Amino acid sequence: MHAFAALIRHDLRLAARQGGDIGLVLGFFVLAVILFPFGIGPEPELLRRVAAGIIWVAALLAAVLSLDRLFASDYGDGGLDLIALSAMPLELAVLAKSAAHWLTTGLPLVVVSPVLALFLDLDPVALPALVLGLLIGTPAMSLIGAIAAALSLGARRPGVLLTLLVLPLYLPPLIFGTAAVEASLSAEGARAHLVLLAALALAALPLAPLAAAAALRQALD
Amino acid sequence: MFRGLDCRLPAGGALVLTGPNGSGKSSLLRLLATLLVPVAGRLLWGGAPVAHDPAGYRGAIHYVGHLDGVKPALTPREMLAFWAALRGAQYPGIDAALATFGLERIADWPCRWLSAGQRRRLALARLIAARAPIWLLDEPGAALDTDGEARLAAAIAAHRAAGGSIAVATHQPIALTGAMSLAIDDFAAPPAELAAL
Repeated sequence: MHAFAALIRHDLRLAARQGGDIGLVLGFFVLAVILFPFGIGPEPELLRRVAAGIIWVAALLAAVLSLDRLFASDYGDGGLDLIALSAMPLELAVLAKSAAHWLTTGLPLVVVSPVLALFLDLDPVALPALVLGLLIGTPAMSLIGAIAAALSLGARRPGVLLTLLVLPLYLPPLIFGTAAVEASLSAEGARAHLVLLAALALAALPLAPLAAAAALRQALD
Repeated sequence: MFRGLDCRLPAGGALVLTGPNGSGKSSLLRLLATLLVPVAGRLLWGGAPVAHDPAGYRGAIHYVGHLDGVKPALTPREMLAFWAALRGAQYPGIDAALATFGLERIADWPCRWLSAGQRRRLALARLIAARAPIWLLDEPGAALDTDGEARLAAAIAAHRAAGGSIAVATHQPIALTGAMSLAIDDFAAPPAELAAL
């Protein structure tokens, strides 16, 4: 547990010292959302209908943007050797790094999302479903992203490969996340979609570290 | 890269790996550190295969490779505390480690200000910050000045006197009393065998 907490603290401290990374992801998220009204026109009716989709897709792309540094810097400077030789199994180390990734990217996105939703004139009634959906979905995205980040280590163009690997894997959270917002505006309610989203996140919790750790061992070998 | 290689490292013993570039010194050390999996062969620890207790074996070794894992944004003190915590050390000897390699003055500088030699000293200081009986050192003297080399030699002597063992790959002549020497190119695999892999 000692090593697990130390790794999270270490990654958070690094993110805080190199503050640019969090700002970059947040800036990308905000700008990407703001671009849409310019592209598709400012009619409130239209924006209201596509708001949830825009926010989810922008959050997803912003998360992908930050994934490439999840293991790459440790892989490049030898830090990954020391993590592999640490007192905890590599699977736990992946979990710690995913947690730190979520705290520095997913969580800020969740916090900013209601403001952007109101900017796109999303019905405030749907806000809880949007925020709750992102709160459940972004950890799943960090976990699933860890698999792709580990697999792309050592590739010639890791960033491109990572994006191609991870975007199809992000379809299920995207589908359930936006469906939850839609449903919350109807009599159906968002509950069923949010539960499915939670099931997805809970499945990723043990499976993603297993897969990512296996990929990391391959990369070190 | 090599075959038919058999050696044992007793407690307090030292093994010096020599050989030309590319002969497999680093690979053998990574293999000993379980970072590489051998195509064939076994790694025993205390008479039992390492695979029986991989976590216990990882806790017993220290590996210092070419790459030092030093983050430019953090300070040497923070790096050492992190490395020691990764190993699960409850009472890390951070100050002792800094003193052993003469890093006290720069302990709270960001590592991006460190020279190559200072980074090497910092990487070696983790040997002291958290204790382990087996040291695996890959070119530990690279980039070190004479003072650094003397401090390294003293640390190794103290480690061995306390019953620790070390395996070191090096070009530079290193003063190790009673060290076994292993010229790794004596065991080079024939090219045909490599091509078959």
